[in-house]
Amino acid sequence: MAQSSDAMLDKLANRDYQYGFVTDIDADSAPPGLSEDIVRLISAKKNEPQWLLDWRLKALARFMDMLANDAEPTWAKVDYPKIDFQDIIYYSAPKQAAKIESLDEIDPQLLETYEKLGISLNEQKRLHGVAVDAVFDSVSVATTFRSELEKQGIVFCSFSEAVARYPELVQQYLGSVVPVADNFYAALNSAVFTDGSFAYIPKGVRCPMELSTYFRINAANTGQFERTLLIADEGAYVSYLEGCTAPMRDENQLHAAVVELIALDDAEIKYSTVQNWYPGNKDGVGGIYNFVTKRGACRGKRSKISWTQVETGSAITWKYPSCLLQGDDSVGEFYSVAMTNNLQQADTGTKMIHIGKRTKSTIISKGISSGRSSNAYRGLVRIQPGATGARNYSQCDSLLLGDRCKAHTFPYLEVKNASSTIEHEATTSKIGEDQLFYCRQRGISEEDAISMIVNGFCKQVLRKLPMEFAVEAQALLGLSLEGSVG
Amino acid sequence: MDHATPMLEVKGLHARAGGTEILKGLDLVVGSGEVHAIMGPNGSGKSTLANVLAGRPSVEVTAGYVLYQGRDLLELAPEVRAKEGLFLAFQYPVEIPGISNAYFMKAALNAARAHRGEEELDGMDFLEFAREKMKLVDFDEALLNRAINEGFSGGEKKRNEILQMAVLEPRLAVLDETDSGLDIDALQVVANGVNALRSPDRSAIVITHYQRLLDYVVPDFVHVLSDGRIALSGGRELALELEAKGYSWLEVAPAETTAP
Repeated sequence: MAQSSDAMLDKLANRDYQYGFVTDIDADSAPPGLSEDIVRLISAKKNEPQWLLDWRLKALARFMDMLANDAEPTWAKVDYPKIDFQDIIYYSAPKQAAKIESLDEIDPQLLETYEKLGISLNEQKRLHGVAVDAVFDSVSVATTFRSELEKQGIVFCSFSEAVARYPELVQQYLGSVVPVADNFYAALNSAVFTDGSFAYIPKGVRCPMELSTYFRINAANTGQFERTLLIADEGAYVSYLEGCTAPMRDENQLHAAVVELIALDDAEIKYSTVQNWYPGNKDGVGGIYNFVTKRGACRGKRSKISWTQVETGSAITWKYPSCLLQGDDSVGEFYSVAMTNNLQQADTGTKMIHIGKRTKSTIISKGISSGRSSNAYRGLVRIQPGATGARNYSQCDSLLLGDRCKAHTFPYLEVKNASSTIEHEATTSKIGEDQLFYCRQRGISEEDAISMIVNGFCKQVLRKLPMEFAVEAQALLGLSLEGSVG
Repeated sequence: MDHATPMLEVKGLHARAGGTEILKGLDLVVGSGEVHAIMGPNGSGKSTLANVLAGRPSVEVTAGYVLYQGRDLLELAPEVRAKEGLFLAFQYPVEIPGISNAYFMKAALNAARAHRGEEELDGMDFLEFAREKMKLVDFDEALLNRAINEGFSGGEKKRNEILQMAVLEPRLAVLDETDSGLDIDALQVVANGVNALRSPDRSAIVITHYQRLLDYVVPDFVHVLSDGRIALSGGRELALELEAKGYSWLEVAPAETTAP
């Protein structure tokens, strides 16, 4: 007899997580717990300058304050037991030769791990002209194509290296978009972040290849706190990709990253994420808590920042990539697909803060819920008094697969300038047995039907991804490419 | 196919939907090249029969068998039945967001072609083919690029069903009250769709509540379904008789008298 539609939806929701392996590698880890000593230890391990240690300690003090005042955010539509911040390991790094001169010196097991993930760190293999920075647990292990980029004055390296080699750039911009005490998790990150990626694109340079960071959590009981800082100087352009995976573990692991983007006059940054942290099993055991602060400042005139995200992983996602539209005529964009299965919870969206004149923003959010998951869009569009002639267009669509999942939409609009134009559209559709049966009656299997529906639903966002990533994102969503007819 | 083998043979069919027995021993034989009309009052089991044939998972067959071109139909998954040439024009076509009508039809046609070992049509060839069919059912090409049935009027949804039928060229088409709620022009469209498919190796089952569709699609046989069984079968004239007399004269209740 034919498989029932519910069984099919269950199957879709319960597909195995294929990145769940653990690499057995020696790690240099700090004991669990959060204290001034730990922060000093991290800073010392990284040979950081005094100013950065001071900056961390300031963040730690603010975080401890918030922790004491129970200031952990609870407004998101997510539910989880209280996190014990003293039970987390804040520093873990793969042990390897003290100084790496070339990729040949990297622990072969690490290279193998990335190969398994489909990411080649071997420059000879040329990953389709994508420069990769690989972050394993908390440490950047390899950055490819560096010399080629350096010829054009482009800096792309690990955050730690940037602190050592370009301290003035780091000091000028670090925390300038997300201040140390911006929010609970940003404060935690500022205190204990261990590494991440740094990129600087000089004036008038169009970065010739995609820059990419692959984050991998491997060690158990470890939090991952990375920091990404991207600066596009006047007239520069860069497209940046970020991917993330983690092993399957029964306990929840905390990932609290901060990403800051700065676009000066006429600069453009495209930031794309395919987030596939381990989501937990079908009963909701394990998985990553993904509590991330991402914000871009369109500081210059006519600057542009686009966020594109495909969120399929994590037990809980709490993430609002935002744009501060400070420069006149600057543009902010947010394209998002958030897919939740089983007992996953996502509360994600964006903030578009219009400050400069004639600033424009576009928000396209597609939420897909299946299983017993909960998926919320939360967005803020704020038009400041000086933002004369600002425009925003928002579209929030929800797709429910089956009848046990939830979708919520929380759009906030704050308009303080009457000359602005704001449009908001929202739809909710449900794919149930009737729709699937209709497709099957036309000769299309349930799996193909779901793929077609999900892909069709997301295509507005997927087509914003760089080609290489779009393919990966589609594979991730279990989709086949929809051809266009007519 | 050997003409001695009927297109469809239904024997002693019992089926339940929503916990209630709806079909209670239905027998029906549809020969190759024949058009059968099935009429009957609301609740008599017309749509349940259509759903059993198409394989809707929520309808459970409890007894009897169905042979389609000599094969056990009930063993086949709904998508296999479709690819084997069984088409259901739905009474209430659903809206499916995100998939364009054109893409969907192309996928459906190519699924069937692949199943038959034929080459798949590319976008250009498909469009050319579909345009011919659109003329037949007077279909607005603008609807081709809209999501399936999304925001379509009732009449547009029904036309879309007939267009899909025309594109897929089924061996056995089952039309579940496709005519209800349609004006005369739309009825003509439905009729064109069915009549265009009439051939010695294709058959159709036209389920209808009213006889007026049968003015345009002249059936070879008319059956009256009552309380889950075929109560009466005849030719074209039976439909006219039903129109004149209504269904109430059929409603005898033999089960009541024999129950203990």
